[in-house]
Amino acid sequence: MNTENRYQRQLQLAGFGKEGQDKLAAAKILVIGAGGLGCPALQYLAGAGVGTLGIVDFDTISLTNLHRQTLYATDDVGKLKVEVAAQKLKALNPEIEIIQYSIQLTNLNALDIIKDYDVVLDGTDNFSTRYLVNDACVLLDKTLIYGAVMRFEGQVGVFNLEKNNLKTNYRDLFPTPPDAASAPSCNEVGVLGVLPGIIGTWQASEAIKIITGIGTPLANKILTINLLQNSVYEFQLVKNPKSAKEIPKDTASFERFNYESFCNKNHKNVISVEAFNQLIKKENCNIIDVRELGEMPVISEFETLQLPLSNFRESISEMNFDTTVVLLCQSGQRSLTALDLLKKQHPKLKAFSLEGGILEWKKQKNI
Amino acid sequence: MNITILFFGQLAEVTGTSSLKLSGISDTDELKNTLRKQFPALEGLTYSIAVNKKMIQQKTTLKHEDEVALLPPFSGG
Repeated sequence: MNTENRYQRQLQLAGFGKEGQDKLAAAKILVIGAGGLGCPALQYLAGAGVGTLGIVDFDTISLTNLHRQTLYATDDVGKLKVEVAAQKLKALNPEIEIIQYSIQLTNLNALDIIKDYDVVLDGTDNFSTRYLVNDACVLLDKTLIYGAVMRFEGQVGVFNLEKNNLKTNYRDLFPTPPDAASAPSCNEVGVLGVLPGIIGTWQASEAIKIITGIGTPLANKILTINLLQNSVYEFQLVKNPKSAKEIPKDTASFERFNYESFCNKNHKNVISVEAFNQLIKKENCNIIDVRELGEMPVISEFETLQLPLSNFRESISEMNFDTTVVLLCQSGQRSLTALDLLKKQHPKLKAFSLEGGILEWKKQKNI
Repeated sequence: MNITILFFGQLAEVTGTSSLKLSGISDTDELKNTLRKQFPALEGLTYSIAVNKKMIQQKTTLKHEDEVALLPPFSGG
């Protein structure tokens, strides 16, 4: 008789046992974002035997992902993240089911996707999706395991899980989103590869604890972990009455809520894809791609000047612009930061940031 | 009366330190004003405040040896 069992080393843990394993097998966890946080979380959740794993990501793999996104290899560059992730996870554990969502999560599809899952793991990389995922989880009463990283420092916590008669969420921690300039992204300021590895793994650990009922979940708490200092600091959350009032209370108000403008409300100079298309027909514009060199997709439909955000401030300091400028990036976040920098150096210049970035532009072109 | 201020994320960068001791500050509003004067780069940055590790939502009186932590949001994933 073959007595070897894939889950032997966790089955033998006190308090885990067959009962814990059965709970994992019956569990459905949705991982939003198959990037730095999502990859390690998915690997451990698949290894542990979580019965159903949903993966949401619309992005393709780029070379700059590989130092931290542990599911992908050099040969995978250019391929869809969800497809490669599903393939690798299936090879790791063929006993589990993996559901792929190769789409951008929006307030029109989020509820429909999230409603089928028990626990949601936030591995997103921008504020508008973070608020969107948070609000959807509050509305559907799903536990949300939060993680976020920057440079050498990460945050992890569990939202919307009641403990001691208290149930807090992301809006209790940060009632209002920062503007793009004050909270830079990893694309712009960098991140140590092992950091999302640690935070994503920590998120997976919380998911396993919550599903199996072992230990104490990080409910109503945020941990910050600083790798340079080896320091961990714990914050206790409290309810924010103003946030409780502002959060969408039903499907209709959730679907009406504009997360892009909520997170970028200080920006009047955002141009929609439609308005952008009209503008470039009408006048000669200087279109600047602020993505880092080599990022996909390549833009061949119109002419762009490549000025990566990592060196944008220096690049524009000696430039003169005589036409309207439109800045674009992948999703419309980094171009906002670039717009702030551009406006500081050239306050009188007519300049816009393309809403939704090149991905939104390509999507609308195909409709 | 001494209090300790802890800065996280980009707040530690703009202030150039991860912790600071201040005296003669009676509440969190006064603390915010003092920090803004000392570190003008903090202006416009978003952060949440915890007093002795517990998040606060409004002006809170500070006592001797209180620890105040300022936490900014991170977006990276």
